Amino acid sequence: MIALRFIIVGGDFDRAGTASSETKKILKQLNIDPKVVKRTVVALYEGEVNIAAHAFRGVVNISVSDHQIQAILEDEGPGIDDISRAMLEGFSTASPKVREMGFGAGMGLPNMKKNADELLVESIPGEGTTVKMIFEF
Amino acid sequence: MKVSELVKELNLVVFSGGEGLCHEITGGYVSDLLSDVMGNACEGEVWVTLQTHRNVVAIASLKELACVLLVSSLVPEQNTMDHSNEEGIPVLGTSLSTFEIAGLLYEKIKKAG
Repeated sequence: MIALRFIIVGGDFDRAGTASSETKKILKQLNIDPKVVKRTVVALYEGEVNIAAHAFRGVVNISVSDHQIQAILEDEGPGIDDISRAMLEGFSTASPKVREMGFGAGMGLPNMKKNADELLVESIPGEGTTVKMIFEF
Repeated sequence: MKVSELVKELNLVVFSGGEGLCHEITGGYVSDLLSDVMGNACEGEVWVTLQTHRNVVAIASLKELACVLLVSSLVPEQNTMDHSNEEGIPVLGTSLSTFEIAGLLYEKIKKAG
């Protein structure tokens, strides 16, 4: 079992993608099916960007076992008031600045759902959000 | 067709990431929404966009795109070029608009394929 841990700082878009990029390198070294690597990386990147765009700070924990990759993204931030609404394609609460960069199109969580075999989103408004994703191989 | 051939044929500027000029092109994708590219672009595609920040290279690298092509004489930010050099993903430029370059690109890729 391999475990990786990354810290994400809210508002830091320059480093968004670091966790996905590092994870991709490790998964490739482990010779995991490239299709699974691609799905994992797409979903993980969206999760990273969500923390950068919405939260104050967050932690990404990745673990790789014989048959699955598990990603847990925990943040401290405003949380999500209505998760089912946040899952809808096109729904976004991103700031104008974030949207100008091409983020915040309301496609992040839907992309995560499409690419993960399991997606669980839990949130306490005013405290933070935890996203758990599983990728089977 | 390789990225280097596209650069010559369409008279493109190479800002950075020269190491990736040998990438083989499989198609093209036009979008300024990063999640759209993340979700729908495919490996080996030329990404035409007006976004110039560093995350463009991060996405291109994660998706293993052939290169990024900036339109309308836009210039990448310094950290975009730095990251492009690190990742070996070419960032190219053209003075043409998205519509014009997409048309030319489509013709070239269709002919080569």
